Amino acid sequence: MEIKYILDIIYLVASVTFVLGLKMLSHPDSARKGNLYAAFGMTLAIVGTILLYNHPDGYTTREPIKIILILAAIGVGTVAGWLTASKVQMTKMPELVSLFNGMGGACAAIIGLMEYEHNLGKTGALATIIAGLIIGSVSFSGSVIAFLKLNETMKKPIRLPKYNILNTVVMIALVLFGAYIVYAQPEHLLLVVLLFIFALVYGVLFVIPIGGADMPVVISLLNSFTGLAAAFGGFLYQNQVMLTGGILVGSAGTILTLAMCKAMNRPLTNVIFGAFGGGNSTGAAADINGSIKDISISDTAILMNYAKKVVIVPGYGLAVAQAQHVIHELELLLEERGVEVVYAIHPVAGRMPGHMNVLLAESNVSYDKLVEMEDINPQFANTDVVLVVGANDVVNPAAKTDPSSPIFGMPILDVENATNIIVNKRSMNAGYAGIDNLLFYQPKTSMLFGDAKGVLAKLVSELKQM
Amino acid sequence: MAYCLKLKAKNKMNQIINFLGENIQMIYIIILSVFVGVEVIGKVPAVLHTPLMSGANAIHGVVIVGAIIVMLNTPAENILSLALGFVAVVFGTLNVVGGFAVTDRMLEMFKKKK
Repeated sequence: MEIKYILDIIYLVASVTFVLGLKMLSHPDSARKGNLYAAFGMTLAIVGTILLYNHPDGYTTREPIKIILILAAIGVGTVAGWLTASKVQMTKMPELVSLFNGMGGACAAIIGLMEYEHNLGKTGALATIIAGLIIGSVSFSGSVIAFLKLNETMKKPIRLPKYNILNTVVMIALVLFGAYIVYAQPEHLLLVVLLFIFALVYGVLFVIPIGGADMPVVISLLNSFTGLAAAFGGFLYQNQVMLTGGILVGSAGTILTLAMCKAMNRPLTNVIFGAFGGGNSTGAAADINGSIKDISISDTAILMNYAKKVVIVPGYGLAVAQAQHVIHELELLLEERGVEVVYAIHPVAGRMPGHMNVLLAESNVSYDKLVEMEDINPQFANTDVVLVVGANDVVNPAAKTDPSSPIFGMPILDVENATNIIVNKRSMNAGYAGIDNLLFYQPKTSMLFGDAKGVLAKLVSELKQM
Repeated sequence: MAYCLKLKAKNKMNQIINFLGENIQMIYIIILSVFVGVEVIGKVPAVLHTPLMSGANAIHGVVIVGAIIVMLNTPAENILSLALGFVAVVFGTLNVVGGFAVTDRMLEMFKKKK
């Protein structure tokens, strides 16, 4: 029996847990278990590698100092990763995923830097290394920029003059540079380091012109990039678990990216090359007729109390105001009075697809109360009251009526078919995409201004007295 | 001179074909994994997109295995390489542990109510 075979079997088991994990993640009941399976497989693969891996040509040695360093690095990473993951607020989730993704990319890039010298003369292996290095670096710097954009350190998209052409040229130059290195195989590492830096710069250039609203798509794309980078590493080492894990994520990320683009009804090329989310409010101002109408909290309470059916449209604003819990309280109270309450979830509500579901689940809202767009749209016609909290673009009729609007063509929630529409907003500022909303000016719409949490709390206490 | 370049290019080409041939099993894994990934993920409801993305994010943390391999193959005297490898392992661990922990935290909230 060879020791190598044991490691091969471990890798096989780990690969199966990855596939199984992803599959189980696709159903709410099994999702959590699926994640744990994958985590278990990962632990096996890591422990197995430390104990059993041996390079076919015998380069592998296990001096105590190296083992200690590896364990120390894992220790540092585990504590830091665990603490960040358990402390972070659920609204900050997308930033965190972006950051962790960047770490994976950086890891792949460093592997490429270190392996280059050992593989001089082997063109195929070098091509793999350089590809992993480039993709990993782009994913790393891109993710960091996405992180900064999402936590609003970097607010406005930065567009260098002719940025589309510039980026394309830089990308082509990057690929050519990489190809040159694979071809010429310079012995000195300097050129490879330059390539690494060049790839980092490209990652920055790639993400900075893209608006904050499109960051989820970008993160998903970079997620699949990192998967690819990991797969290149797997190819290099003939390591099946890295290969299956990396490729699975690569294809998962791609599918997910396309699903997100579809939800926004914008082709991927438009997200990457198109200018959007930049805050240039086009169209709307010209044809606004009608005026904004206020509604008081007690009127809202009465309207809801005597409604048969209330649909709540939550947006990211709800989460920012930390109003998930109080909205759940409102839901329970209304249900007690015999009002049917459901939540209408737009595919891109929140900062990531499904983000809204996570945020509402956090405050114990049952997931059968969360109705997806295709299912809820026909129901608006027999809905008495729609309560829009902290959402804007996903209910903007301009997506249907105004071809000049940047969101034109995006499927929206047809709230205007309901009898009454109550919109809670902090102020009249435009939404995340930076465009005005004609819905607010419609006669059926009333505005309930104020901080979501405060307003909803008052609404709940008002209802309790009725 | 031109002939010499051509010969060199041909040589590289041969190397690449040999490389692909020697790794044909790996290439099979890649192609089949792509289909598995698409099949498995294609059915995920939008509700679970964020946890899925986060879970997938944790899985590509498998790149840490590569970082460990680099460390194991580096001679213990090569301080610079060891330092770089250390950083790579830390990054990889962050990706794995953070990724799985945050996914678990999200999914913990999806317990069925009522």
